[in-house]
Amino acid sequence: MTPDELKTTAEKQREAVGKYPHRVHVCMAAGCISSGSDKVKDALTDELKKAGKDKCCLVKGVGCMGLCSAGPLVEVADSVAGNSVMYKNVTAEDVPALVASLEGKPVPHLLLPKDIPFFTAQHKIVLENFGLIDPDTIADYIMMGGYEALNKALTDMGPAEVLHEVTASGLRGRGGAGYPTGLKWSTVAKAGGGQKYVICNADEGDPGAFMDRSVLESDPHRVLEGMAIAGFAVGANAGYIYVRAEYPLAVKRLKNAIRQAERSGLLGQNIFGTPFNFKIDIRLGAGAFVCGEETALIASIEGLRGQPRPRPPYPAVSGLWGCPTLINNVETLANIPPIIRKGGKWFASIGTEKSKGTKVFALAGQVNNTGLIEVPMGIKLRDIIFDIGGGIPEGRKFKAVQTGGPSGGCIPEQHLDMPVDYESLASVGSIMGSGGMIVMDESSDMVDVAKYFMEFCMTESCGKCVPCRAGTAQMHDLLARIMEGDATMRDLALLEKLCDLVKNTSLCGLGMTAPNPVLSTLQYFREEYTSRLLDGGGNGRHPKTAAAAEVR
Amino acid sequence: METAVVENPATSKDTRWKLLTATMRRHGNRPHALIESLHTAQEAFGYIDDVAMKYVAESLRVPLSKVYGVATFYHYFTLKPQGKHTCVVCTGTACYIKGAGQLLQAMEEKYGVSAGETTEDGELSVLTARCFGCCGLAPAAVIDGAVAGKLTVAETLERLDKVIGK
Repeated sequence: MTPDELKTTAEKQREAVGKYPHRVHVCMAAGCISSGSDKVKDALTDELKKAGKDKCCLVKGVGCMGLCSAGPLVEVADSVAGNSVMYKNVTAEDVPALVASLEGKPVPHLLLPKDIPFFTAQHKIVLENFGLIDPDTIADYIMMGGYEALNKALTDMGPAEVLHEVTASGLRGRGGAGYPTGLKWSTVAKAGGGQKYVICNADEGDPGAFMDRSVLESDPHRVLEGMAIAGFAVGANAGYIYVRAEYPLAVKRLKNAIRQAERSGLLGQNIFGTPFNFKIDIRLGAGAFVCGEETALIASIEGLRGQPRPRPPYPAVSGLWGCPTLINNVETLANIPPIIRKGGKWFASIGTEKSKGTKVFALAGQVNNTGLIEVPMGIKLRDIIFDIGGGIPEGRKFKAVQTGGPSGGCIPEQHLDMPVDYESLASVGSIMGSGGMIVMDESSDMVDVAKYFMEFCMTESCGKCVPCRAGTAQMHDLLARIMEGDATMRDLALLEKLCDLVKNTSLCGLGMTAPNPVLSTLQYFREEYTSRLLDGGGNGRHPKTAAAAEVR
Repeated sequence: METAVVENPATSKDTRWKLLTATMRRHGNRPHALIESLHTAQEAFGYIDDVAMKYVAESLRVPLSKVYGVATFYHYFTLKPQGKHTCVVCTGTACYIKGAGQLLQAMEEKYGVSAGETTEDGELSVLTARCFGCCGLAPAAVIDGAVAGKLTVAETLERLDKVIGK
């Protein structure tokens, strides 16, 4: 494809879509599909044909619209009047009413107001195409300005200029640690040697996080484009996407997207008529949380057990098959095309001083509006949970919000007015993480939550280093004993000692962060631990503790 | 399901073996194709047995011990045949908070199988997964490949009774 052909494709697609006075967008992401949106879409197509309106109304399966808890979601747009309405909890039975409403008034009982904070308080960069394009159609992505950034990078800019823009944007790794992306790219670009690789880390193992799945399912081309730009900037000609096997729909859409991009000449040899070649392959993960760690991920692509190795050498110097390798998270790469299109300065104008841009969060747990959101860095946690999230269901009381999954911590009420950025979250004992945000209400037992995460780390520990392998098992044992009311102050002291040891002596991030959920719950909810101890002077919440207290 | 009766997978007429052979060949029978090959084997047969592991080991020239090591390291691979129907309960954080444990407990009470087990008649396997990424629909389970969200105990048991035909 030449740059001119890219423009024509975009125009043609705009025309093809624009000729319909009505458009119906049905969410076809995994969440809504499991609520039955595929049936809704089929019913819509049939019903429109029956009513003879299929020539004036386009039915399109689109990516995630965000509010998963109200799914299946359907948006009906009227291009003549220039407005659109959104419907929630749509079933196949509602379809005749929807079709009948096309030229009339909207169906009132299904209406989902679009002016609620869930939609208005968001700032979409990564999710800009969500709910608008069909992820299985490359022309739809091109229509929205897709692959323009790759074109600009290849034909107008050089690798050095791309690096400069990415560095200027202040983008930091969205996988959790927040390492500056520009710096990482520069290191790989500077590394000598011929063969280099770009790896997209889509092994989203954090339980409670589904941002990467949504991006791959709803806008797969954005990730491919980001990878190709990265490849151009660092001098790599091949890329791998390491994606969880547990995400079959994401894998299917990715495979389709790669095929379409190859066929259009947007991946492969001599992209946009330049000497730049880039190919992308998919590698399936096999259910190992530790493979989110970059050296373990590389081992897994090489067909080995996913066990991390000591760094340095960092993958930027010696990665896949010993070659310099750039590893970025899905969301990081998805931020690249808009940065190249609009410039690093534009991106740096959003967010806080040290955390630029936006962050996608998967909002779940005991909160009214669960789903996918994108907010500017620096927003208050309270705004996310109570405005966008709509607060806690059934009038219960907020207790804590868990960010960062098994590597993060629980943040209590008193820190809700803190801005969301890498440093602030770390200062209260949690981490930004990849973006899972689980809200807990007063019914949640914090010791149980800590035990849950410790069990997760225990089973997911790869077993290579002793502190993590044995330490997580011992900590889990201690937590189980505390839960059962069978522990003493000494056990609690031992638990704290172990936290310190595992944190400081483990080989990789999994072990180093495994104690975080325990430490943060101990910091803010210590009473829940001590009240269960045999000699803690607690209120004897557990029957066994109560019995022991009576004996005393 | 019975892969054991096949004597030589390489010359077998069974299309499932051919699928596996094709995957390995696509990667040039190189050792790094190990995980991809095991994925194909599991997809074709439902689980990975000794015959499949030996075949993969020989074709990719990887020691059998290493194949076994990889197959047992990753949670996604299973070396045991599954029941006719499967119910995979998500135990991700959101599902956990919203009562995935109660779903598992109810299944254990009703069918006598805990997570990772198959009923004696081979009808139902109950499994757990770390997270499907359907946290907005917690608690969720995948029953015979279809995701079911916002489950209650009664609803889950009712759905399961329907699939196993009781």
